[in-house]
Amino acid sequence: MSESLFEKLGGEAAVDAAVDIFYRKVLADDRISTFFDGVDMASQAAKQKSFLTMAFGGPNNYTGADLRSGHAHLVKRGLNDSHFDAVVENLGATLTELGVSDELIGEVVAVCEPTRNDILGK
Amino acid sequence: MPKLTLNSTTYDNNKDETVLDTLLSNKVDIPYACKQGLCQSCLIRSPNQTPPTGAQKGLKATQVARNFFLACQCHPSEDMELELDTNESPFVTVNVIKNQKLSQDIIELVISHPDNFHYQPGQFINLRRADGLVRSYSIANCKRSNNSLELHIQKLPNGKFSEWAHLSLKPGDTIDMQGPFGDCFYTQEKKEQPLLLIGTGTGLAPLAGILESALTQGHTGPIHLYHGSRDANGLYLVDKLTALAKKTDNFHYTPCVSGENTLPDFQTARANDKALSDLPDLKGYKIYLCGHPDMVKDSQRKAYLAGASLQQIFADAFTVNV
Repeated sequence: MSESLFEKLGGEAAVDAAVDIFYRKVLADDRISTFFDGVDMASQAAKQKSFLTMAFGGPNNYTGADLRSGHAHLVKRGLNDSHFDAVVENLGATLTELGVSDELIGEVVAVCEPTRNDILGK
Repeated sequence: MPKLTLNSTTYDNNKDETVLDTLLSNKVDIPYACKQGLCQSCLIRSPNQTPPTGAQKGLKATQVARNFFLACQCHPSEDMELELDTNESPFVTVNVIKNQKLSQDIIELVISHPDNFHYQPGQFINLRRADGLVRSYSIANCKRSNNSLELHIQKLPNGKFSEWAHLSLKPGDTIDMQGPFGDCFYTQEKKEQPLLLIGTGTGLAPLAGILESALTQGHTGPIHLYHGSRDANGLYLVDKLTALAKKTDNFHYTPCVSGENTLPDFQTARANDKALSDLPDLKGYKIYLCGHPDMVKDSQRKAYLAGASLQQIFADAFTVNV
């Protein structure tokens, strides 16, 4: 059996390395940072870890319904495609910084894409 | 087969079951979500047993030190006592040893603790008055031979508990105490790691405890303490901390006044703003933030953006109850 995307990226250790860089990029990005105003940083970091594990093709229990209900309050505040794209862009930049190949980054982006409609409540 | 005890009920932990599986199959109401050790919803604690390390992955060093673990990742090899809500620990009656002024509005209340009370300086306790009124205060000192705990209590306008503590509590009085609680304390992973301590008001209490704890354990990295208040009256222990900074090479103390300031020894700035402008790169730092909730939240974010790892930022936000 060929290696899974999660294994190719380096598994859980890679998620740990990525989460700190990724979340920092997201919070520093004026396009999307206001959506994180007032959130609890520690619990948010745990959520980012769950998200990255999912994006890396790792084990996760995310369902479309979870993503929909979890982001509904943000959709009300104007969350749209441009914000989704910004998050994916930050994820790509994080992986580039960690020396991941463009090919694998493309695979990660492809994993995220199907969640777009659920996250944006479409 | 290991046995799990929670609130005096004992459950059998069957082969291949996690602690979470056992509790859920016995209809115990415990929060959980991902079952992958990621979301930390099922965080739980054992007061008597060190959990398997696999069940503590991703937790902060202070949580690990207090035997917190993820129920969904824990396959126990021995019997474990479990604690879901640490607030259920009982109150004990203790003595007041001393009540002295530190500044116009702040007292140091010293109380005794029982022999079997184990705490880390910087954690907090609850004090309960005879009529049931409860307030939380941080512990400002390391363990003493006379079992004393030093608390800093600021008198708040119309503060029911704080006014009473200022005016009425005297040596020899008794009061009920519960705890300790909280994850804001010093743990030593690398003694050369730089530390940044930012506090406003009596947020200095846990920081004083953390500072003493770091220095007694031989911390060698720089320790930067920024203490802030709106006016100079709110700064206390200034002489003691200034003297300590003078004789301790790696300790740096910066008192800050955010309102009108007439004293040249104090910086005119918010403590957190001053700290972050003095130290723009916080990569590798361990950071403690104690005091006003807005300051704590704002600084958490800024410290993280300045390069500090989230696992290395410890916060204790003081919410005010009058």
